[in-house]
Amino acid sequence: MLILECPYCGVAADETELSPGGEAHLVRQGPGSSDQELESYLFGRKNPKGVHFERWRHSYGCGKWFHAARCTMTLEVFATYSAQTPVPPKNVINAIKAKRPDWEGWT
Amino acid sequence: MKRYSAFAIAREAARYHQGWERAWAAPTPKAHYDVVIVGAGGHGLATAYYLGKNFGITNVAVIEKGWLGGGNTGRNTTIIRSNYLQDPSAAIYEKARSLYETMSQDLNYNVMFSPRGVMMLAQTEHEVRGYQRTAFANALQGVETKFIGPEKVKELCPIISLDGPRYPVLGALYQARGGTARHDAVAWGYARACSDMGMDIIQQCEVTGVRSEAGQVTGVETSKGHIGCGKLSIVVAGHSGQLAEMAGFRLPMEAIALQALVSEPIKPCMDVVIMANTVHGYMSQSDKGEMVIGGGTDGFNNYTQRGSFHHVEETVRALVETFPIISRLKMLRQWGGIVDMTGDRSPIITKTPLGNCFLNGGWGTGGFKAIPGSGWAMAELVAKGEPGPLAAAFGMDRFVEGRFIDESVAAGVAH
Ligand SMILES: Cc1cc2nc3c(=O)[nH]c(=O)nc-3n(C[C@H](O)[C@H](O)[C@H](O)COP(=O)(O)OP(=O)(O)OC[C@H]3O[C@@H](n4cnc5c(N)ncnc54)[C@H](O)[C@@H]3O)c2cc1C
Ligand SMILES: [Zn+2]
Repeated sequence: MLILECPYCGVAADETELSPGGEAHLVRQGPGSSDQELESYLFGRKNPKGVHFERWRHSYGCGKWFHAARCTMTLEVFATYSAQTPVPPKNVINAIKAKRPDWEGWT
Repeated sequence: MKRYSAFAIAREAARYHQGWERAWAAPTPKAHYDVVIVGAGGHGLATAYYLGKNFGITNVAVIEKGWLGGGNTGRNTTIIRSNYLQDPSAAIYEKARSLYETMSQDLNYNVMFSPRGVMMLAQTEHEVRGYQRTAFANALQGVETKFIGPEKVKELCPIISLDGPRYPVLGALYQARGGTARHDAVAWGYARACSDMGMDIIQQCEVTGVRSEAGQVTGVETSKGHIGCGKLSIVVAGHSGQLAEMAGFRLPMEAIALQALVSEPIKPCMDVVIMANTVHGYMSQSDKGEMVIGGGTDGFNNYTQRGSFHHVEETVRALVETFPIISRLKMLRQWGGIVDMTGDRSPIITKTPLGNCFLNGGWGTGGFKAIPGSGWAMAELVAKGEPGPLAAAFGMDRFVEGRFIDESVAAGVAH
C-alpha cells in the first residue's frame, strides 16, 4: 500500500484514500493543435521504468489534486507537491537527484 | 523431435524414463538472424511458430531476459473467451479461441484446453442491457454466445448466490465454448515446436538497445552481445514502452500491476468460469482443485510484478458475496504481473517508425486468450511487412486518427 503525504492538508494518506490520475505535467492541447499533438496529449505517455511524475487526488480527504514523484520500479516516493506548477519544482528535482544520481533529469 | 503419445509413455515406462529428450535446445546466439523476436511469452513464441509454419521463415531467434513463459503468460488466470463487442476484436479473439481447440494436436503438446464455459454476470440493469447488446453483436460476428437468466446461471453453477448482499444476479453473458488452458504448457508447447523447426530460443538474455541505420533496424544489443537481424519484432507486454524507447518512438501505453491468487485445493465444485464485473472479481477451479481468483489492477504506473493487499481484500470480498462457500478457504499464493494498458483497452499490432521493426503489445489484462490468434496475425505482419485482415485495425495510427476499438466495457474487469 502506498502512503502519500497530501501537500495541502498534510495528511499521510493511504492509497485507499487517494485516486490515481496518471502522468503529471502534460501540456494541454486544444483546438488548433495537430492530430499528432492531440494524440500525444491524450494517449502518448512516458511510462518510465524509474522516476515518474504523477497526479493524485486526495478523494476521501480534502478532495484536492496534487502531484507526486515516485519510482515505478521500487514504489519509493521521493516527494509530493502542489499541483499548481507546470514543471516539478527545484526541491523535488533535488530530492530525486539525491537518491538517484544517475537519473537523467526532468524532460 | 520425438512425438509425445501414449505409446511413448509406455515405451519410456519400460526403460525407466531414460529416453525423453530435452523439449527445446539451449543455443548460444548466432551473429545474425532473419527475424529476431524480443520476448518469449506466449505472443512472442506464437509469432515465431506461425512465421515458421505459415511462412516457412525459420532463421529466427526468440530472445528472453528471464525464462520463457515467465512473464504474464505464466502469471495469468487463463480465461479464454471471445465475446468482445467490436468486430476487429471478435475476429482476432475468435480466431485465437478456435486455434486453442486444436492446439494440443497441432503442437503435439497437451495444453489442457478445457472449454468449460465462461459466464460474465450481469448484476445491474446497465449490465443486463450491455451484455444483451454484446450477445447480439456476437451473433452478427459469428461468435456463439447467449444471454441467460438467473435460473440457468444457478443450474450451471450451483455454488453461486443469486441474491448477494449488494447486487443480485440478473443474468449472464454465457459463452459455452470459452474456458481455460494450462498457461505454462502453451508457452512450452510453442517453444518445443519452434526449437524443432530450428529456431533459437535464447533465455537469460536481456535486450538493452536497438541498433538502427537510416530508419532500419540492424540488430539488438543484449546481455549476450550484439545480435544482428533482418527484421525485429517486439513482443514484450509490460516492457513495450522500454523497448519502444530503445527504438526511438513512444507508445500510447502504460504499465501497471495486475494480481491474482489461488486457494488451497478443494474437491470439484465449479466447472465453469465466472466473472463478476460489478463487484469486481472472477473465479474458476483448476484441475488441481485450487480456486483461481483475480480482480482489479492497480491504478498507477508500476513495474514491480507485485500486487497490493487492499486489492486482494476487495477481490476476496466480491467473491465471498458471490460464492459464500469459499468464505473459509485459505489462500495459498498471490502474485502480480506487469500489464500493458492502451487508451482504448485494445491491443496494438503495428508497423513502427522503423521500417523493419514491428510491435505487438497492449494486450493488457486479457491477452492469454489471444495468444494463437495474435501470433498468427503478427507472423503475417512480420513476414509480409503489411498487416493482414486480422491485424489491420490494430495499428497504432488509430490513436492519431481517432479510430478506436473501444473495449473498455467488454474488458471492464481484469481477466
Ligand atoms: C494476474 C494476471 C491475470 C491475467 N488473467 C488473464 C486471463 O484470465 N485471461 C487472459 O486472456 N489474459 C489474462 N492476463 C493477461 C495475459 O497474461 C497477457 O496479456 C499475456 O500473457 C501477454 O503475453 P505476452 O507474451 O505478450 O507477454 P509476457 O508473457 O509477459 O511475455 C513478454 C516477455 O518479454 C520479456 N522481456 C521484457 N523485456 C525484455 C527485454 N528487454 N529483453 C528480453 N526480453 C524481455 C519478459 O521477460 C517476458 O517473458 C492476465 C495477466 C495477469 C498479470
Ligand atoms: Zn488532502
